[in-house]
Amino acid sequence: MVAVILTGLLALTADLIWYKKSTSSVRAISLIGLLVSGALVIQQWYRPDEDVLARMVTVDRFGLAIQFILIVSCFLCLLFSDGYLKEKRIAFREFYPLALWSTAGGMLMATSKNLLVIFLGLEVLSIALYVMAGMSRSEHKSEESALKYFLLGSFASGFLLYGIAFVYGATGGLNLDEIASAWSANNLAAKNMLLFGLGLLLVGLGFKSAFVPFHQWTPDVYQGAPTNVTAFMAAVSKIAAIAALYRVLHGMLPLRDLWIPALTVIAILTMTVGNLVALTQKDVKRILGYSSIAHAGYLLVGLLAHFSNPGQIGVTTVLYYLLAYSLMTIGTLAIVSMVAKEGREETTVASFNGLWKQSPLAAGVLIIFMASMIGIPITAGFVGKFQIFVDSINANLGLLAIALAINSVISIAYYLGIAKAAFVSDEETPRVAKMNTGLSTTVAICAAGVLLIGVLFAPISQWLGNDLNETPVMAMNAGQATK
Amino acid sequence: MIPLYWYLGLGLLMFTVGAVGVVVRRNPIVIFMCIELMLNAVNLTFLAFARYQPTPLPIGGLPDSWMSGQMMVIFVMAVAAAEVAVGLGIIMAIFRLRDNVDIDEMNLLKG
Repeated sequence: MVAVILTGLLALTADLIWYKKSTSSVRAISLIGLLVSGALVIQQWYRPDEDVLARMVTVDRFGLAIQFILIVSCFLCLLFSDGYLKEKRIAFREFYPLALWSTAGGMLMATSKNLLVIFLGLEVLSIALYVMAGMSRSEHKSEESALKYFLLGSFASGFLLYGIAFVYGATGGLNLDEIASAWSANNLAAKNMLLFGLGLLLVGLGFKSAFVPFHQWTPDVYQGAPTNVTAFMAAVSKIAAIAALYRVLHGMLPLRDLWIPALTVIAILTMTVGNLVALTQKDVKRILGYSSIAHAGYLLVGLLAHFSNPGQIGVTTVLYYLLAYSLMTIGTLAIVSMVAKEGREETTVASFNGLWKQSPLAAGVLIIFMASMIGIPITAGFVGKFQIFVDSINANLGLLAIALAINSVISIAYYLGIAKAAFVSDEETPRVAKMNTGLSTTVAICAAGVLLIGVLFAPISQWLGNDLNETPVMAMNAGQATK
Repeated sequence: MIPLYWYLGLGLLMFTVGAVGVVVRRNPIVIFMCIELMLNAVNLTFLAFARYQPTPLPIGGLPDSWMSGQMMVIFVMAVAAAEVAVGLGIIMAIFRLRDNVDIDEMNLLKG
């Protein structure tokens, strides 16, 4: 994590030194820095779990895996940004350091059990994102999305903070581990404050992860922001929010009889609303916004399954799904970024007509990503969804499993709509730009990744690891054996 | 001494005023001020809780449970200041684009 921050500083310094030249030096430094940080994270992979830095930072496999996924996502986003930003005529070099610091904020959120650090990480992540969303300064849409994101984001952090204040009042500390002892202390006033605080905390985090009914900002911001920022937001910010949610829910385990039913309702609503509204949309980025809401719902199902039976069902399925989700989302949005041409950008579904003629490779990988989003076998999306489905059945959350299956069927319609548009050809010349090296590398990595982790899901899950030290398949067998 | 609940009540009142203000007002700067009001309510709540901690105050130093609330307030203020810088920047950029910052006219993004 420190390496990412240092890379950000270094990139900014490079920006200052070579201020007249192109973006290539900043870009190269950022990418190399991310590779180094990724290597450093993997180097710590087998480190034993411990709390370091006065219990402010927690080292465990979950945190490391999230850090690794965040670094991969940031790397892929930066890789295709260059060409897109040039086409859009907004090639500001500040983008690279901002993205790096934002990632560092997300990594901070994932590796702490301290509410102060989680809050700081969230703000570091968000404030950089507000700036990035409004990066296209001459474009009304971009500015509008930045303002909406900013106002609603700070509104939500107000709720989060008020929640933290009450948790602090009830427990006398900011560490999530202290919740359990405060809850068992049988002090009615403290219990009520704790409940109130945790409710507000969940509102704040639910906003960041875009759960219904706190999802209103998502489609607007996804549509208005520059496409590479949308990809960044969809991947990095969602992964970090889910990680922080995991930490908070983990601290709240003693209270789970109270919040599991509430979050079950939210998960069902999130999946259903996300998918149904996506059906009515015309703009690809908006569709992906709603689809990301639906994916947040699937992830919440995975978390709920884990927490309703933490001894049996690991959190690896969620980690796996996050990795798969980040690869397929970034890949899709990288393809979407191709419609930006000479400073203009139109992202309706129809603007993808003729993609097949212009670039068969892009159309081909788009099919892979859509198949993965729908959940067609051998892609990562299928394995991820299937594992979450199995987990939720093992955890006796049948209702969630049914909702998940129905929603996957609904989602086929709009994903196929996007894929179909790429193969419809009209008479006029295709509106998409040519692929550049960065873009084709990104989509190639994403597509290969989606297929590879789809086929090799057992070793990948094993590697991402969990607190049970067994793969979800084994957990599944164990669950059946006990029945 | 004034009971803790008075401070909490005042904090809740400020927070509610802020939250309602965010929902009903139409000028982004006023909305932003309402958000700041919410953050100040949070600060007040933190300080009240920190002052009324059940752990007794030892001679010559503050215990952790007192300190963390007060530290949190410092961090909240710092973050709020950073948010002001970015937020006003965004509002400025919009004003330059369209000479008007009314929220009701921000309706390009819908589906």
